[in-house]
Amino acid sequence: MNDLVIDVRDLSRSFGDLKVVEGLSLQVARGEICGFLGANGSGKTTTIRMLCGLLAPDGGSGTCIGYDILRQAHDIRRQVGYMTQRFSLYDDLTVFENLDFVAAVFEMPNRRAAVAEMIERMGLGDRRDQLAGQLSGGWKQRLALSACVLHGPKLLLLDEPTAGVDVKARREFWDLIHDMAVDGLTTLVSTHYMDEAERCSRIVYLAQGRIVVQGGAAAVIGGSGLVTFEATGEGIDAAARRLRGAPGVEAAGVFGRALHIAGMDRTALQAAVRAEGDGLEWREVEPRLEDVFIHMLSVEEARR
Amino acid sequence: MNRFSFARLIALLRKETIQVMRDSMTLRMIIAIPIMQLFLFGYAINSDPKHLPAGLLSVDASKYERTIAAALNNSGYYNLQQIRTEQEADEGLARGDLMFVVEIPPGFDRAVDRGENPSVLIDADATDPSAIGNAVSALNSVLADFNRDLPPIHQALPQTPATNFVVHARYNPEQLTVLNIVPGLIVIVLTFSTLFVTTLAITRERERGTMENLLAMPVRPIEVMIAKIIPYVFIGYVQVGLILVASVVFFDLPVRGSLPLLLGALGLFIASNLALGVTFSTIASNQMQAVQLAQFTLMPSFMLSGFMFPFRGMPVWAQVFGNLIPTTHAMRIVRGMLLKGNGWNEIASDVWPMAAFTVAVIVFAVWRYRETLD
Ligand SMILES: Nc1ncnc2c1ncn2[C@@H]1O[C@H](COP(=O)(O)OP(=O)(O)O)[C@@H](O)[C@H]1O
Ligand SMILES: [Mg+2]
Repeated sequence: MNDLVIDVRDLSRSFGDLKVVEGLSLQVARGEICGFLGANGSGKTTTIRMLCGLLAPDGGSGTCIGYDILRQAHDIRRQVGYMTQRFSLYDDLTVFENLDFVAAVFEMPNRRAAVAEMIERMGLGDRRDQLAGQLSGGWKQRLALSACVLHGPKLLLLDEPTAGVDVKARREFWDLIHDMAVDGLTTLVSTHYMDEAERCSRIVYLAQGRIVVQGGAAAVIGGSGLVTFEATGEGIDAAARRLRGAPGVEAAGVFGRALHIAGMDRTALQAAVRAEGDGLEWREVEPRLEDVFIHMLSVEEARR
Repeated sequence: MNRFSFARLIALLRKETIQVMRDSMTLRMIIAIPIMQLFLFGYAINSDPKHLPAGLLSVDASKYERTIAAALNNSGYYNLQQIRTEQEADEGLARGDLMFVVEIPPGFDRAVDRGENPSVLIDADATDPSAIGNAVSALNSVLADFNRDLPPIHQALPQTPATNFVVHARYNPEQLTVLNIVPGLIVIVLTFSTLFVTTLAITRERERGTMENLLAMPVRPIEVMIAKIIPYVFIGYVQVGLILVASVVFFDLPVRGSLPLLLGALGLFIASNLALGVTFSTIASNQMQAVQLAQFTLMPSFMLSGFMFPFRGMPVWAQVFGNLIPTTHAMRIVRGMLLKGNGWNEIASDVWPMAAFTVAVIVFAVWRYRETLD
């Protein structure tokens, strides 16, 4: 067996006339944490569903954990932990009952012990007998993650697992994913958070069902060709407003005490900076991942 | 490979049972509604209407005729009026002006005096058997009254009654007494209460979004179906128990056949309805559609099962269609077992069609069950 946990080529899928995924090829190696990014509606969920056999692709082929995604969906399901975008455990079952159900359906030999251990590990002990429907957002996510790693899957497919979860819970969530990656667990996780994207070993950026960019965070930034300048000093808010419409400036925003502008055309940006006069102190900086994604989103919008 | 797994079925069953038991509102309705329906229908049927219009038709004047007429009137159920001709009798029955026509045969007096035990023919409009049931039952006491009013010479021979009534149920020869209604009603109420509970089974998972998770797990369609059905079979038995007890206590329903056999047959009937419900749930895209599909089948269950109209009186196509419906077979089984004391040999021919129906419907549901979100 090769070391690619996900290896699919030319996947495509449409709903009616809408082509949601087109010619998508993706390889993910064992132990990788692959971040799946893209605007809402870019086809992330659809791709993830095709990977675990919940949607049949219209075209393309490939394997997931070594099993054919078209013909061996049942085998894939046994070894994949899929966390749906929307909470999809049973609201009218307690935390324990939900986990016990999952463990039983996967026919785990030492079910009770495994569930008890998972409850312990995820800090769900106090909420063990609470109905899942009554948990707050963060606890629901935690329960959902517990349920999808419970049976010891080889691949985790997490669809926006931390949407609506507080910072601390998100941090713990990611620490957990990294811990499991050390043991060889592969993860494909879709997210809108930049700090999460930066914690991925690889980023795959999707726009309108196609992969636009992929690679490590540094490579994505380097490959973007984006130029960014930063200014500090008095009156950066007013300057941001003036610069937003200036030629060559794609984005201008204030972060903390610095003004940040980005664009593809260095000369145009420099001209815009010069036009601002001497009031501010300018320097060129390395683009951040967020700049790159905002850039890609606006390119996408312009194309529509 | 992923074959049928008993352990997974148990897991699904446990989950379904918890969910069913926790939904106390639905649970209460499932239990309460059939009982309410039974009483609603049952008492509407048992309303014991009196003073029913009856025509008295006699060819020649008879001295006993008046005695019979008085006895009939005194029973409270009959309101006799003299009619002249057969034609008048037929028209009266057809229009519904008359519920009965009492016909005294020619030479009645002489036949009674000779102890020949002549028959008095009663034509009854049996389209609404519940309406005439008690009136027909009252004929026995009318007969006793008549005997008592006869001259002493006839009363000396009580073992040969002076006359007898031959009731001819017009329009509806199969169903005469209230006793026929209650067994049928049991089946109809069960159809109502079991068909709907599972129609929501799959659509609910889909609409709550839990289907995606369920599909992502290694469960087989057949396991899901069976797990959705079984908890409601038990609830169905609770309903059967309540309905039977209520029928025995309040409607004097006799139970002549073997109770375990009856319960077994009803269990199969319940399962067939639940399976049909799950199938609707599988093919419908939302709960509304599923419910509508179920309602769509209620009508034929009602009309073609022999509950409303006598089965043998229906046109052939309707009989063929009716025979496909489990309610029809359950109706025959329950009536036969409760009223005639039928056993396995008599009901077997109605058990197999129900079993075949159940299997066919489940096979269809499994075939239609999408293991993907498409
Ligand atoms: N079952 C479906 N039927 C019709 N359209 C769908 C269906 N699922 C997704 N879509 C459409 O496909 C597009 C991509 O959806 P999705 O894969 O959920 O994107 P993402 O997860 O990246 O936000 C959206 O425009 C969505 O409306
Ligand atoms: Mg999505």
